Amino acid sequence: MRTLYYILQKEFTQIFRNKSMLPVIFVMPLIQMLVLVFAATNELRQVDVAIVDFDNSTSSRKLTSEIAGIPFFKVKQNLVNTQEAEDLLMRNKVDLALIIPQSFDKDLTLNKSSEVQILVDAINGSAAQLSLGYLSSVIAGYSQKILLKTAVPGSVMMKNIVVKPTYWFNPQLNFKYYMAPGILVVLITVIGMLLGGMNLVREKEIGTIEQINVTPIKKWQFIAGKLLPFLAIGLFDLAFGLLVARLAFNIPIRGSFLLLFGMASIYLVLVLSLGLFISTISDTQQQATFVTFFMLIVFILMSGLFTPVESMPDWAQKLDYANPLYYFVKIMRSVILKGSNFPDIINEAATLSVFAASIFGLAIFRYRKTS
Amino acid sequence: MITKEPVITVKNMVKKFGHFVANDNLNFEVYKGEIFGFLGANGAGKTTAIRILCGLSTPTSGEMKVAGFDVFRQTEKIKQNIGYMSQKFSLYEDLTIYQNIRFYGGVYGMKVAERKARTTEMLDRLGLTDYENRKIGDLPLGWKQKLAFSIAILHQPKIVFLDEPTGGVDPITRRQFWNLIYEAVEKGITVFVTTHYMDEAEYCDRVSIMADGRIVALDTPEKLKEQYNASNMDEVFLKIAR
Repeated sequence: MRTLYYILQKEFTQIFRNKSMLPVIFVMPLIQMLVLVFAATNELRQVDVAIVDFDNSTSSRKLTSEIAGIPFFKVKQNLVNTQEAEDLLMRNKVDLALIIPQSFDKDLTLNKSSEVQILVDAINGSAAQLSLGYLSSVIAGYSQKILLKTAVPGSVMMKNIVVKPTYWFNPQLNFKYYMAPGILVVLITVIGMLLGGMNLVREKEIGTIEQINVTPIKKWQFIAGKLLPFLAIGLFDLAFGLLVARLAFNIPIRGSFLLLFGMASIYLVLVLSLGLFISTISDTQQQATFVTFFMLIVFILMSGLFTPVESMPDWAQKLDYANPLYYFVKIMRSVILKGSNFPDIINEAATLSVFAASIFGLAIFRYRKTS
Repeated sequence: MITKEPVITVKNMVKKFGHFVANDNLNFEVYKGEIFGFLGANGAGKTTAIRILCGLSTPTSGEMKVAGFDVFRQTEKIKQNIGYMSQKFSLYEDLTIYQNIRFYGGVYGMKVAERKARTTEMLDRLGLTDYENRKIGDLPLGWKQKLAFSIAILHQPKIVFLDEPTGGVDPITRRQFWNLIYEAVEKGITVFVTTHYMDEAEYCDRVSIMADGRIVALDTPEKLKEQYNASNMDEVFLKIAR
């Protein structure tokens, strides 16, 4: 144990002497929380709509003003033909084009039904769906009003079934609540996978590892010495990130801190070991960085952080069983937003622990003092 | 002080990298308390041999013992009993002299009081007492190498392995460095040193000369000069290498 103490003392001295470390520890969480949480939002802020009104009737103008009245839509009116609207779509000037046919008013009065055409720029699929959905519901609302107005008293009234959803744990559907715990996961994953591994492979590059390998330091002591300092930094950054999330977004932290930090410790051991394992098989920081980034991107995109895992194909969902981020994103969201207790996340916790122990073992095994 | 008691025995040592034979059947013994010079041109296989004896590299075959321990099975026991200074400078440049000493003393399990006493003595001998809190990276190369050597023997190992310890330093510093080596020998440490400075070969008790992975000569500098009818080791080396 004394040996480990001297190793840790040396590692901490080196870490805090390194001028690029303090910015990494403090600036990275700030930027990730303050910039990424906003950037990773799925909410639509503004949708540009071009309206081509061939009808120019009271009804069509009413529909136009109905749409224009919603702050979310920015309407370009007075277009003469479809061609013009298509041009605007083409040049990315608008996201949607609504085409009201000449017979709009007539059809409405005679047949009680009419059709409009909507063209959508679907390059960004999810944004397209959201804006189309919103525009459709505005039009549906408009037609509902007409129906009510023209309904003859005494005639059969439509029975409306109104679904009134209650959103649990995030009642305002605040996207930031949803994203912030996930971004925190990315933060400590990056810290874990990069810092420890880079530190080890740097000793290889400078050559100091030879001197270590010729001492009686045990393999586990060396790996633990590279892991523990960054575990501490990771936990500190988690605390710092949570504080930022609390102050900036007023995010509720419903679960127990002990559970949160306990889980984060297990997870950090896992990702740190993985980074250290990668660096035991790499000779240069370049190699190690390349492999680590490749894994990070796969892990992050498949984790369910940005896109729901449930909408991935079956094989991808199965692959996710091997993705540590998948489990930890789940744990963080449920502990922070739902206030889940240990029994609620026991499966994820058990899996992460098994992963952490095996990869830690693997990193020690793969580190060779004698080549 | 040299007895015939071997601290390193090497029998039929072979190291192959694929088809390349780096060490081709080496046989020698190093006796307790001597300075054993390991000479050879670049690429002759010196570093390979020294790395095997330090437990950094596994030999292909042979029967080797260092400080009484087997090179195949007891590398960690060997490591407790040796010091090593590699070709590549390997103290931590971002740490101070004091921090480097504290770290290496610590990992060899030295008691704090013992370490402090030896540190004081060592820095005094090197004339670096006032520089204890200087970063290694800020020191001139000659100082660094003397420090690296002193730290390599701080835990008083039985044997110290020096792989081209004086590469790139001026003659005065090299002279001072050899004085340190003699002091270490007086304390009973056996020194195994590789070099390609032939004047340094004269300082050794016995030298072996390697060429193409084999030991082609092994004796005291005097006998080698006599045998090859040369006035100095430089001539001996040129005659053998040719």
